[in-house]
Amino acid sequence: MKGPRDKRMSIDEVVDTLEDGMTIGIGGWGPRRKPMALVRAIYRSDLKDLTLVSWGGADVGLLTRAGKVRKLVYAFVSLDSVPLEPNFQKARQEGTIPEVVELDEGMFNTGLQAAAQRLPFLPMRAGLGSDVLVNNPWIKTIESPYDEGFGHETLVAVPALRLDVALVHMNRADQHGNATYLGPDPYFDDLFCMAADRAYVSCEQVVDTAGLSHDTPVQRLLLNRMMVSGVVETPNGAHFTTCTPDYERDERFQRAYAAAAGGSEEDWQAFHDRFLTGDEAAYQAAVAAFQEEQA
Amino acid sequence: MSETTDITTADVCAAAIADAFKDDGEIFASPMGMLPMLGVRLAKLTSNPDLVISDGEALFLAGVPPLFAKADKVEGWIPFRKVFDVVAYGKRHVMMGATQIDRHGNQNISAIGDFAQPKRQLLGSRGAPGNTVNNRTSYWVPRHSPRVFVEAVDIVSGVGPSRAAAAGAARFNDIHRVVSNLGVLDVNGPERTLRLLSVHPGVTVDQVREASGCEIHVDGADSDVPVTRVPTTEELLVIREVLDPKGLRFKEVPRPEAPR
Repeated sequence: MKGPRDKRMSIDEVVDTLEDGMTIGIGGWGPRRKPMALVRAIYRSDLKDLTLVSWGGADVGLLTRAGKVRKLVYAFVSLDSVPLEPNFQKARQEGTIPEVVELDEGMFNTGLQAAAQRLPFLPMRAGLGSDVLVNNPWIKTIESPYDEGFGHETLVAVPALRLDVALVHMNRADQHGNATYLGPDPYFDDLFCMAADRAYVSCEQVVDTAGLSHDTPVQRLLLNRMMVSGVVETPNGAHFTTCTPDYERDERFQRAYAAAAGGSEEDWQAFHDRFLTGDEAAYQAAVAAFQEEQA
Repeated sequence: MSETTDITTADVCAAAIADAFKDDGEIFASPMGMLPMLGVRLAKLTSNPDLVISDGEALFLAGVPPLFAKADKVEGWIPFRKVFDVVAYGKRHVMMGATQIDRHGNQNISAIGDFAQPKRQLLGSRGAPGNTVNNRTSYWVPRHSPRVFVEAVDIVSGVGPSRAAAAGAARFNDIHRVVSNLGVLDVNGPERTLRLLSVHPGVTVDQVREASGCEIHVDGADSDVPVTRVPTTEELLVIREVLDPKGLRFKEVPRPEAPR
């Protein structure tokens, strides 16, 4: 009997499937469980003119700094302990992101749900009266066909956030694309995968299928292989964001990143040269050296 | 030691924030920032034990731990996606920050200047547009100044009552309180504008006006504006001994050099 197919890939193989101009959704949340190994590979690549859709953290910071982003769809960009992402701030203040779509967080969620359900839009109240609708005049309102005693309510027709590709990072996956999160929050990674034509999952560890629910409640199996095109094992691949319980955020490294991003061109160049020019193995080695020197 | 001279502005703010949540009943209290977290937990330990609180990440807390302490007992799961469900459900009162707030109760946390190329990019709108047309929303301003209280915000993230009404979204718009380091306001001035409800002890109405870049309505004469109540002995004990023994609140509202 044949089993489902093996979808294991390398980081470079994933990035090779990406094309200029694509719309890429990045899972996780702010500085939490981001597929950073894949983001770093895009940072190093020749890709350009990307549309990024993200609950933004350093993923947005890195890729805007590298000039990869033609259009950014976000509701916030933050590093939590460093509230404002310096690379994102710089890009916005210098006007280097050609197109910007700032949504309310709930609208962002609803847009992903619409895309995951193959709907053109879903209605909600968020956005009404705010400048989200002023700065995005292409987002329309609709009148409810029903009157529940409050008249025919006006609602925002939140457009589907359809993605070409989704990139997410999970704690464990099998070779077929079933995957679990072991931390407190699933974020929206299943929605990202379902909103996309193709989804790539990086993970801390590839285990056999039975191992996914061996000592973990089955409810933690967030991703099913139907939603997934490729699996990449990238230990410490969410660094420097959280990947609870495998590791927490590397606050010291994040401070160094933020200082370089918010500093002079030379500061950033030095950070880039030290951490971001080589492949993922070189990055992890440079991080290990950094941690040793800080200890 | 005399209690009245010992009471700091931070303590007064904590009690004022607690009062903003005291009549909410059994709803999810979502504080953003240190003093809001302190005030909400103070309310839960005193005036409104039914409040539902979280660790700010994914857990509903059954106990009331000190600021930034780990959860001792958990009563539920509230990952980000479920927060949006509660926003739409409506049983929530969020107290957000405000980089700018205007006379009409609109709030900005998105950016300063022109949206296309801002002078200063801030967080982004986060959940402010959705919060303000779905559930009760209050604001916390640790440094009341003309740069925060403005005639019109640069970008409307949180929606005030007039704009909500104009957009047909008045039904669940409920801007409840604005608590600052100088006083307590609401948006029930003429045409739903900012109104001063009380000034903190030692603060005058004129000081609030000078620290505001927009008109602040006062009902009657300045002398009619009450003084914000000081915390009770029980509340002071809870603040100092239980919730914030390390004095983290003074990072947001500094203690005066010398007692007033």
